[in-house]
Amino acid sequence: MKEEPRGWRELPIGAVTYKLSLEYKTGGWRTLKPVIDLSKCTRCMLCWLFCPDMAIVWNGRDVVVNYDYCKGCGICAHECPVKAINMVSEYS
Amino acid sequence: MCGAEEVSEVSSGNPQPEIGPIEYEYGKEHSLPLEFNLRKLAETRKPILLPGHRLCAGCGAAIVVKLIGYALRGPTVIANATGCVEVATTIFPYTSWAIPWIHVAFENAAAVASGIEAAYKALQETGRLPYKNIDVIALAGDGGTYDIGIQALSGMAERGHKVLYVLYDNEAYMNTGIQRSGGTPMFAWTTTSPVGSAIPGKTQPKKPIADIMVAHRIPYVATATAAHWADLFRKVRKGLEVNGPAFLHVLSSCNRGWRHGLETAVEISRRAVDTCYFPLWEYKLGEGYYLTDRSLQIARNPKLKQPIEKYLELQERFRHILRPEGKELLKQLQEYVDAVWQDLLSRAVNAPK
Amino acid sequence: MLKPKVPLEKQKVMPVNGDEAVAYAVKQCLVDVVAAYPITPQTIIVERFSEFVANGEVKTQYVPVESEHSAMSACIGAAAAGARAFTSTSAQGLALMWENLYIASGLRLPIVMAVVNRALSAPINIHCDHSDAYGMRDSGWIQLFVENSQEAYDTTIQAFKIAEHPEVQLPVAVNLDGFFLSHTLENVYMLPDEEVRNFLGGYRKPVKTYIDYLNREVEYKLDPANPLSIGPLDLYDYYFEHKMPQVEAMRKASDVVREVNEEWRELTGRSYGDGVIDSYAVEDADVVAIVLGSSAGTMKYVASVMRQKGFKVGVVRLRMFRPFPFNEVRDLLKGVKAVGVMDRGLSFGSFGPLYLEVSTALYYSKERPLLVNYVYGLGGRDLSPAMAEEVFMDLTKVAELGEVKEYLKFIGVRS
Repeated sequence: MKEEPRGWRELPIGAVTYKLSLEYKTGGWRTLKPVIDLSKCTRCMLCWLFCPDMAIVWNGRDVVVNYDYCKGCGICAHECPVKAINMVSEYS
Repeated sequence: MCGAEEVSEVSSGNPQPEIGPIEYEYGKEHSLPLEFNLRKLAETRKPILLPGHRLCAGCGAAIVVKLIGYALRGPTVIANATGCVEVATTIFPYTSWAIPWIHVAFENAAAVASGIEAAYKALQETGRLPYKNIDVIALAGDGGTYDIGIQALSGMAERGHKVLYVLYDNEAYMNTGIQRSGGTPMFAWTTTSPVGSAIPGKTQPKKPIADIMVAHRIPYVATATAAHWADLFRKVRKGLEVNGPAFLHVLSSCNRGWRHGLETAVEISRRAVDTCYFPLWEYKLGEGYYLTDRSLQIARNPKLKQPIEKYLELQERFRHILRPEGKELLKQLQEYVDAVWQDLLSRAVNAPK
Repeated sequence: MLKPKVPLEKQKVMPVNGDEAVAYAVKQCLVDVVAAYPITPQTIIVERFSEFVANGEVKTQYVPVESEHSAMSACIGAAAAGARAFTSTSAQGLALMWENLYIASGLRLPIVMAVVNRALSAPINIHCDHSDAYGMRDSGWIQLFVENSQEAYDTTIQAFKIAEHPEVQLPVAVNLDGFFLSHTLENVYMLPDEEVRNFLGGYRKPVKTYIDYLNREVEYKLDPANPLSIGPLDLYDYYFEHKMPQVEAMRKASDVVREVNEEWRELTGRSYGDGVIDSYAVEDADVVAIVLGSSAGTMKYVASVMRQKGFKVGVVRLRMFRPFPFNEVRDLLKGVKAVGVMDRGLSFGSFGPLYLEVSTALYYSKERPLLVNYVYGLGGRDLSPAMAEEVFMDLTKVAELGEVKEYLKFIGVRS
């Protein structure tokens, strides 16, 4: 994730940002993580819709958690209408 | 209840496009339809907010921005005021924005948006804009709207710029540490309106910012929440389509400032509407107020209206009024919410008489 | 001397005041957005320009903002969208947009602003002094001061070229004295529209910058084809680095101001010193007064009269205050016995800002002239020829005495 901090001659004009936050993996923040039970999942897409971190991804068939970014907030589990998502400890 | 195999046979589709910058080519027709089929939405739209942003876990504002992004109709530019969203999405050298975005200062999102809108108009009239239209959105929190930002907002509305102003209202100056704003509700605890032995939190009611914008007689004003996402999509779209300024007041939960469980972010906005604390309505110039979505349902069936405790019980910023000592305050708050709701019912064109 | 490209016969003479001269200049500069709020003595600029807009004589979007803070905000938004933006203000209005001045230069947006110099409250005063311009001297804007309405017209046009120069990309403030210039009639030679357009190279073209996540160089503007995030948060690991390009751009700016002055001379036959400093009778002067703005006219007139009486006096008018031309000032004042720095503003608790700059310029000189600060003309108090003579006589006495008894003197105030 880290390159050497740049010197001022190497920066774009006007302090414009030059990297995407995709390089900053916020997955390290969480203490709980969601586990989706695909056998219960109806593919309603609400978890995908409500995830504040775009950490639930649709691959065409399933909703999949992107653990690189998931902060473990649990909104997906709480909103799932069929209780297909369980929040489990990150350290289990 | 469908089993997984049945579902995937019926609806096996395309994976969502790779998340990244959204680039609109010059000289092409860019017109995105309003999409309510979430699977189709996932397969055809990229989010305007990228993961890796540093908003808190469970941030309501992140959901609000994301949902707004899914209702855009084409090339869009955002002028963001200083606040949680601005700070957490652009920590140099990273950005979480997939579309053009600018931040200038705290109180001037509306003024900056006005300048951008005027610039695009000038470029268009001199044949230098390679697009038929670029939508301009001014995005600010309650900090940059109710108080320090109200002048710029009022000026923008008066001048009639074609800008959609989105207020993501987390009801305090959250980014600087939960200080009270004009949008903080009555009796809420904040660090500058703390609950003490002499004063029980903020004593003033919430400034009716959306009604103030209605009084400006701009073409479109609406309230929305993340929970009622289809309603939000429709309102964002209408705000962008209308030929003049539009104002969208979106309730944006904050688990740090409201002291609620991370997972209830969406649930809380649902209850805010169910208890009529935050009614959903829209105002169209020349026609009047319309209740929408759940609030319309409640107007038609008053039994659906929940007591205010249902909203307060999830949030520790109100715990003092849920205690026995706070009974009088709870009564006052319920009366206030009811009075505002009744007033809205009397004004709404589609409220049952 | 080469003949100018546009001889005087082809330039239209218009009887206008300083404000109108600026408005006419802006009219010709293909400005896309003018966002301004009226304040005396700038009002005529916005009024005249509104007439141009109302008559369809310009394709500029005029945004009648609700405050000066919003005026600069709208200009920043417009410039960020890739447009050429202009605003104008004075005193309290300039003070109100203070935070945005730093933002405009930090974001490297080539906005041009005409500052019609007026005293800062309190007490409220609508007349001329330089306290407003001095107040923004740290903000990263290039500051030019004009002596007359002709120069106001010329410099406003030049300002766009200086600001938009690829190695500068800084906002430029053109300062003209409130009422003395803004409201007094003068014959101003104006170029044909086409010549101004060509001088500026047509519409504004934003500079390009390389963005890693797009893997290409893109124009620095809000463009849906090349999404940029402008105005991020810097933590302590980058803010300092982001200030350095502003330092470098300021260094380049004095060369550019000189170049543009020279190009203007080739085009119109007019130039102002070397663009940075305009000096009068300094070469063999014993005593020199340094001044900004329209008072230079009075100083030069009195100097010419005194020269005839045998006094070897000279006048230096600084056209460019930011970036400050330290080396040029130092070199110009070599051999001068006493220098009077005339400030139409004051940093309370210290000296006049121009004096502070000049003394810094002279600090490392082996032989330094005696230096006296004269504060004059606050709140529109006129600098009469008698006062100008008083300054020169005082400096002459100081030169004879060989030492400075009083560093800071106030001219023309009743005690």
